[in-house]
Amino acid sequence: MSTLPEAPSARASSDPIRVATTPNSAATAGLPVENEEVAFDIRNFSLWYGQRQALVDVTIKIPARKVTAIIGPSGCGKSTFLRALNRMHELTPGTRLEGSLRHFGSDLYGPGVEAVSIRRRVGMVFQKSNPFPTMSIAENVLVGLRLNGVRDKAVLQERLEKSLHMAALWDEVKDHLNRPGTSLSGGQQQRLCIARSLAVQPETLLMDEPCSALDPLATAKIEELIQTLRQEYTVVIVTHNMQQAARCSDRTAFFYMGKLIEFGNTRNMFTNPGNPQTEAYVSGRFG
Amino acid sequence: MAASPYLPTERFARWRKAKSTAVTCVLVLCALAVIAPLFLVIYFLIVHGSSSIDINFFTQLPKPTGEDGGGMANAIVGTMELLAMASIVGVPLGVLGGIYLAEYGSDKANDWLRFAADVLNGVPSIVWGMVVYLMLVVPFKTFSAYAGGVALGLMMVPLVMRTTEEVLILVPQSYREAALALGVARWKVIMVIVVRTALKGIATGVIVALARIAGETAPLLFTALGNNFWNHNLKEPIAALPLQIFAYAISPYDDWHRQAWAGALVLMALILALNITVRILSRDRTHNH
Repeated sequence: MSTLPEAPSARASSDPIRVATTPNSAATAGLPVENEEVAFDIRNFSLWYGQRQALVDVTIKIPARKVTAIIGPSGCGKSTFLRALNRMHELTPGTRLEGSLRHFGSDLYGPGVEAVSIRRRVGMVFQKSNPFPTMSIAENVLVGLRLNGVRDKAVLQERLEKSLHMAALWDEVKDHLNRPGTSLSGGQQQRLCIARSLAVQPETLLMDEPCSALDPLATAKIEELIQTLRQEYTVVIVTHNMQQAARCSDRTAFFYMGKLIEFGNTRNMFTNPGNPQTEAYVSGRFG
Repeated sequence: MAASPYLPTERFARWRKAKSTAVTCVLVLCALAVIAPLFLVIYFLIVHGSSSIDINFFTQLPKPTGEDGGGMANAIVGTMELLAMASIVGVPLGVLGGIYLAEYGSDKANDWLRFAADVLNGVPSIVWGMVVYLMLVVPFKTFSAYAGGVALGLMMVPLVMRTTEEVLILVPQSYREAALALGVARWKVIMVIVVRTALKGIATGVIVALARIAGETAPLLFTALGNNFWNHNLKEPIAALPLQIFAYAISPYDDWHRQAWAGALVLMALILALNITVRILSRDRTHNH
């Protein structure tokens, strides 16, 4: 929390990263701070489940190596948005989308682009921890590498240790790496899943309410971990816990009814939101 | 007696209790009637069969009537060989079909596939025998162990397919999502994560199917045919326990009848053992989750 980036003072009067968006002004919304590297450049993005439109004309630039929180009431499209970032939503039959989504410049939905290769670069951690029940702790961490053809024992050992260290789990499990992944506590299982995602060395990590099934202590550990991940990874985290968004994110995007209502510096969003709906939500008046 | 109006009279209570006892008795009798055949089968098999079971029964070939000793060693081994060949045919087809149903096929195609599997499941076993007779016996001009294995294997397919589908559907979607999110190709996710998670359930389905076909006689009549000697070539007829039991049971000789009972006892023990294996596997599965 000590390194919240400030908006450039020269443009403070109309903070460019805090433009309230309506569907029609979306083209100017979500501009990044100048010279800031963009992880996801998303323009006029809409998504339908069958006939129902889940996302409406979302335009947003998610910065690289920062933590971006997605908040909003249930059913606002925040999870759908997240799952579209590594094409996990394609597992749901009958989805359709429009608009442009680029990840570090490359089109996520371009012709011939395979979801498999995108997911190598954009990993995901889920709401409920889901270590594979047939595998040990070590096997769980390494499964992504093994199934993608990595055989070199030295590489595997190095990645195993590095991933578990990054997920702040190494000290707790280093003496029993061969125990089943499911033998760990809930919070440890979630960190194991984070280690599993990190082992394949993605550029970006998506987290879908990663703490909603955890107790406060386990939640604090994951939030601490997110702070260290920020140094190397772009993190996008969906949360329905506004304190969590305020505590551990640099930017916050507020979704409501499938629309991106406001996107800006987390501190501004929570202290001085530009949109009355955001203000009502973050102050707890609805949602 | 100034009884409370809410309490039933003594006479009414006695009548109600009598009815309750009567209905309970009927239900207990029904339950006994359901399990009685199993005990009858085991009782008769042990009474008539156990006296003929000795070491010779498991080690010797059948002998002509009137001669002492003689056994069904070739039929016991033949049944094992047939079950192995049936598994080679039935398990891959059934498991892969089940994977298709659970992981790939469209709803509409799956409806038809399931319907077809259920119809196949109901095809009388003698019909399987006749079909394989036309497919493999007539063209090659000989009864063979292969034909018997194929007939039994085809019978396994719909059973294995449906149980595989059922256990794969039970694997939580979150495991598939977690593996896909690691950038693993879908077929690898299915083979390494989903099938491995459901492996015990699939094995259970295979054993249930084996138990179901182990005692089949009709599909073997026109295919494996039976054999009084060791089979050294799978292209030739092979002995099987159910065939040997059938041949001995319809013979006019008392000593062959006793051997038939012994064979039936061994076959029953084999099927019981398979079913007990299933119980143990399923219990482990429920404990793990």
